[in-house]
Amino acid sequence: MAADIVTTDKAPASSGGTIMSAETRRGLTLLSPTLVLMIVALGFPIIVLIGLSFWTQSGMHMTPDFSSINYETFFSKKIYPLILWRSIQISALVSFVTILLAFPAAYFIAFKVKKHKIIWLILITLPFWTSYLLRVFAWKIILGYNGVVNSGLISLGIIDEPLTFMLHNLEAVVITLAHAWAAFAILPIYVSLEKIDRSLLEAAADLGEGPVGSFFRVTLPLSMPGVIAALLLVFIPTVGDYVTPKLVGGNTGIMIGNIVQSQFGRGNNWPMGAAISVVSMISITAVVCGFLLLFYQLKKRLV
Amino acid sequence: MRIGSTKLPISGLGTYTVIYLAFIYLPVLFLPLFSFNDAIYVAFPLKGFTFQWYEKMADSQGLLTAFENSVKVGIAVSIISTIFGTLAAKAFTRYNIPFNRPIKGFIAVPLVIPLIILGISLMVVLNRAGIELSLFTIALGHVVICVPFSMLVMMSRLEGFDKGLEEAAQDLGETPWMTFWRVTFPLAMPGIVASLLLCFTISFDEFLLAFFLAGDQATLPVYIWSQLRFPNKLPSVLALGSCILVASAVIVILAELVRRLGVQAPKEGQ
Repeated sequence: MAADIVTTDKAPASSGGTIMSAETRRGLTLLSPTLVLMIVALGFPIIVLIGLSFWTQSGMHMTPDFSSINYETFFSKKIYPLILWRSIQISALVSFVTILLAFPAAYFIAFKVKKHKIIWLILITLPFWTSYLLRVFAWKIILGYNGVVNSGLISLGIIDEPLTFMLHNLEAVVITLAHAWAAFAILPIYVSLEKIDRSLLEAAADLGEGPVGSFFRVTLPLSMPGVIAALLLVFIPTVGDYVTPKLVGGNTGIMIGNIVQSQFGRGNNWPMGAAISVVSMISITAVVCGFLLLFYQLKKRLV
Repeated sequence: MRIGSTKLPISGLGTYTVIYLAFIYLPVLFLPLFSFNDAIYVAFPLKGFTFQWYEKMADSQGLLTAFENSVKVGIAVSIISTIFGTLAAKAFTRYNIPFNRPIKGFIAVPLVIPLIILGISLMVVLNRAGIELSLFTIALGHVVICVPFSMLVMMSRLEGFDKGLEEAAQDLGETPWMTFWRVTFPLAMPGIVASLLLCFTISFDEFLLAFFLAGDQATLPVYIWSQLRFPNKLPSVLALGSCILVASAVIVILAELVRRLGVQAPKEGQ
């Protein structure tokens, strides 16, 4: 049974070009339910959100007009751009830390582990599939004033008073997020490392390159697609994170997601919340595009 | 042959990876540890072993209802998402779809958009359309984030076996429906099972969308969130968290095993 699966190699469009359009039509028919669903439940709501950002809120009522007042408010009040900018900085730092921590582990599994790679991979990504809320919450009980670390250190007699610098600040947010998003960094980096043609490394060695040299001149550049993917997968979602800053961030760790939520919650100014969301989305996209542009420019210059 | 590769069983890199694993696991393992601790405060030293928090947990009506809601939503979401994901995956792997890269990118947007933006935009649309928030709206939100996952799982599965098999079946006189039923479906089965399990876990654990899209019926994460404010409820939440950890772990390991067994089976003959 296995033999005939192997022998039929990736069949080209052997059926010929004449029925291509009928084939394409069948493909589109197959795709259409999913596409329609995503347009209705993903594309359309985002467009509505953009529309809403031009409405105005007066008291309890939203007025459907076309005003830029929310955007003016956003940029005239220093607090909004400041928090957005800081959220972007926090997420950039988180992505950097996450990738830095994850890379050696991914490298180890890809290059050093010979047997049972699957077990290592499952082991390393398993906690990621458990509740995000609980993983973040775990850090709250670890770093808290009466938390695991403080009470542990006190009962060991190392400190007398609980340390207060651990929770409710930026560092706590960074550590928690670097922990919570680890799998998003490990997996893409692992995949790109695994794809590297081992004969290239042998060639580098044959040509007299040492292990360090061949790492920086062969392995690292070739793993860049995975690193970039990891960067995007960690950076983009964490900018808008709500749970982590709320649980471990305190006042100095507040992020733009908390501001958005408060506009839709207690603040009860949906158009303003929509405007903040839109500015955030545009900023995130701009940062990502800017980064990618810079990266490819750099790559072009180096190659 | 790599120069400099060490033959020692424990290398620096290996040690680092083990420490990294500890960093990943330790925080999570504090939940079960303190769920058996006979004290209301989560602090060292441990006071003694108890099952009372698990008993308290099992007695809580709100919790049981939330659990039931989460299971209902999770099952519905996993089935619906897998159907949509499989259709899209089949279309992308078997047919030449015009503009397939941007379309694929669009369907994958939920993977790279802050969930809070997805949540509020859906909430706004539902609100403007006059649709009341309920378990259905939570399920809708979850389907949106699960479809890309399902599509990716199914694409990797469908790419693993060949179009030629389906063509062969048709050449041998099978109807398209029977081809699907007797060839495509059994071959895609491991992917389908993996997709169902993964979508279920995503939905079951998802908080942010559920937080924005929940009416008066809460799912488990929303319920947990509401309990975090009360210190005396904390040990029960830890007990609940431990149960969720174990259940999620079992489901994910199952999904992964099924998926990988399935992917690798045909290759073993080589």
